[in-house]
Amino acid sequence: MRLSDRNNRSGSAATPALLATFIVIMVVLTVYVFAKNLYSPPATITSVGAAVDHQYFLTLCVTGTVFILSQLGLAYAIWRFRDRGQTVHFTRGNNTLEMIWTTATIILFLGLGLLGRKAWAEVRFTPAETNAVQVEVTTNQFVFNFRYPGPDGKFGKLDPKQVSASTGNPLGLDQNDPAGKDDIVMPTLTVPVDHQVELLIRSQDVIHNFYVRELRLQQDAVPGMIIPIHFTANQTGHYEIVCTQLCGLGHYRMRSFLDVVSEADYQNFLKQQGASQ
Amino acid sequence: MSSHAHTGHAVVVEPSGFLRKYIFSVDHKVIGIQYFLLALTAVCIGIVLSLLMRFHLVYPGAHLPFVSGGIMTPEQYLALLTMHGTIMVFFVLTTAPQGGFGNYFLPIQIGAPDMAFPRLNMLSFWVTFLAFVAILAAFVVPGGAPISGWTGYTPLSGMGEVTGPGEGMGQTMWIISISLFCLASLLGALNFIATTIDLRAPGMTLFRMPLTVWGWFVTAILGLLAFGILLAGGILLLLDRSAGTSFFLPAGLVVNDQLQPHSGGSPLLWQHLFWFFGHPEVYIAILPGMGVASHVLSSFARKPVYGYRAMAMAICAIGFLGFMVWGHHMFLSGMSPYSGFAFSVLTMSIGVPSAIKTFNWIGTLWGGKIQFKSPMLFALGFVSLFVSGGLSGLFLAQPAVDNMLHATYYVVAHFHLVMGVAAIFGIFAATYFWFPKMFGRVMSEPLGKLHFWFTFVGAYCIFMPMHFVGIAGGIRRYADSTGTTYAAALQPLHVFMTYAAFLTGAAQLIFLFNFFWSLKRGAVAGKNPWNATTLEWITDSPPPIDNFGGSYPSVYRGPYEFSVPGYRQDFIGQNLTPEEAALLKAR
Repeated sequence: MRLSDRNNRSGSAATPALLATFIVIMVVLTVYVFAKNLYSPPATITSVGAAVDHQYFLTLCVTGTVFILSQLGLAYAIWRFRDRGQTVHFTRGNNTLEMIWTTATIILFLGLGLLGRKAWAEVRFTPAETNAVQVEVTTNQFVFNFRYPGPDGKFGKLDPKQVSASTGNPLGLDQNDPAGKDDIVMPTLTVPVDHQVELLIRSQDVIHNFYVRELRLQQDAVPGMIIPIHFTANQTGHYEIVCTQLCGLGHYRMRSFLDVVSEADYQNFLKQQGASQ
Repeated sequence: MSSHAHTGHAVVVEPSGFLRKYIFSVDHKVIGIQYFLLALTAVCIGIVLSLLMRFHLVYPGAHLPFVSGGIMTPEQYLALLTMHGTIMVFFVLTTAPQGGFGNYFLPIQIGAPDMAFPRLNMLSFWVTFLAFVAILAAFVVPGGAPISGWTGYTPLSGMGEVTGPGEGMGQTMWIISISLFCLASLLGALNFIATTIDLRAPGMTLFRMPLTVWGWFVTAILGLLAFGILLAGGILLLLDRSAGTSFFLPAGLVVNDQLQPHSGGSPLLWQHLFWFFGHPEVYIAILPGMGVASHVLSSFARKPVYGYRAMAMAICAIGFLGFMVWGHHMFLSGMSPYSGFAFSVLTMSIGVPSAIKTFNWIGTLWGGKIQFKSPMLFALGFVSLFVSGGLSGLFLAQPAVDNMLHATYYVVAHFHLVMGVAAIFGIFAATYFWFPKMFGRVMSEPLGKLHFWFTFVGAYCIFMPMHFVGIAGGIRRYADSTGTTYAAALQPLHVFMTYAAFLTGAAQLIFLFNFFWSLKRGAVAGKNPWNATTLEWITDSPPPIDNFGGSYPSVYRGPYEFSVPGYRQDFIGQNLTPEEAALLKAR
């Protein structure tokens, strides 16, 4: 026992000093990157996106505080309580303290979760407005197709048996349905600015995803389901649409673009495409 | 309570043949080492796969070893990530802490001569071994390894090779492997639970069990409830692929202009079944590590675990809540948004017991006398990594915020830190801590420290920048992410992470060397090299076949009696009678 006593005494202060220092440096660097906002998503173009960003920021503040306090607490304990032959301050714990930090984290974490409801509910709990522009999004390995209902305002029927990308009918538009005659099918998505858009998202083969960073909006496209989501873009521009759900070997190159244009340009777009298809 | 262990005086005779002693052994200690070596093999493969991926992300056009054709194709990249995830989650993070250390030390720490069902224990290991052979076979079958990720989402995984290379025989091997693994884990879980309930030594009440035992016990309960679900899912998926059923496949699927002959199934059903297993699996990987961290922190701070009961209850709370949060993987899957919100609140609440654990770990250190041995360094690293990796979960637990972070590298960074690296640190802490007991020799301390520094600093260098890539919008599981301007801007971070990954990977060679070198050359350990208190330290190193050499211990006190005032010695073993302990009192 005497021998192992000697073995167990660390002696050198180098290890605790290094460890505490590294943890402090790690915290400082991490906080610096976040404080300077060195890496951030592109600016959002929806009010819901702004709400998401706000909730993100709130969460960053809460977790950031807990992160800094616990890491620095750990680093301090490592340095302060290294073995210097001191007497151990014997304790088995403290129920009052347990109650305090349990209550504090319940309030903090659950409160954060409940606050986060707003940014979620705005898009997901409410249906789209009745005058929203409807576009159907169809995914398959590894392309997006966007369908507009045309002047009649009605989407034509789809028939999986008639799907034939090679002959120009990638969606399987039913050739016998008159409502489908004026449907417009595009490889990219064009929508009017400041006008609510409802997307009806579906997939033909495997699960894909529709994600536009600037919209802060992401939705899986699931075969067998038509999933509606809606957004109102408040800024014109050219944005990337990506697939974020592993869908096969071409997953990394499955993307398209969202063009947010003025109302007049949008009407022109519909007219031109309607005439050419 | 422990009649098996203590009434009979059946003499346990060590088998003499090589096969019965080392291969088809029913001794939980040999089986524990077998599980450990299986995990060690698996982790080496898993690391090589991840390094190949990291290299490809930075130098997509370069020639690589182990890659057929030399230059990695997108499908080969996806096969690597699928196999890396599967091997690491199942054959490393589930196998080493529970199958390895749990098997070896749970019976000894509760004072039992073996597991409740030794033959079942042997069967669990060999079925796990078969599962491992099956997953490795996926590399070499026609079409190669599957590309659907470790989550194997249907319909990608459900229709055969029409959906991509590797989705034929490779995916089938994956399902067979996972199903076998589930079966083995169910048997193991049953054994752990029965052993903990029935074979505790006299006096070993639940609240005198070491926190490691709490970790293994609750993990076993999670395993019993979770693996059965994935097993069922695996069988249904196999039927969809081979028997023409449509559990997970809806009508109207068209692949390459070909209408598929399925109807009536639901892709979301697979996700529910998978994540009903998959989320508890996260805790299956981390709870034993939490137990080890508490155990080691207390032993080397020379202080009782702060708030022992709160710690035990927190393990139970995490296990319980762990079953009610699977939907947070599915916020954007098409599941009802109301369910999403409910899952969100439940997920946020799991942060509470996690915070209790963190505060109590720091509380254990506070006022202690910390000895910085290798196991302690890894336990301290565990706490730091668990905090860093756990807190990012609070972002992902909110569906609104998930809208921007889902499927980005942020998620990859989060779960690698918390369930990957933190859990691995738990395994390393356990290895350095118990190696002397398992093999009778202490691992080299300088090499252990060197290994710790490279691994700790390396892990942060890999995974902290990965969060930034995700926040900036870098999408995970892309074979090539240089295609767009914003992603190209993140390439310097990827280069940094890749260098860090290679350095950290190389540092694991220090561990391997230390492990095998110390087996032969390490300093002889003796019974109790760390002056620790629990029952494994009262027996020989390594322990005899029946663990305690024919005499079974009784237990008189809690597991962490360090530095109790009034005693001449700063540790009091659980087995000391009050009279024996009184002799240690200061006069």
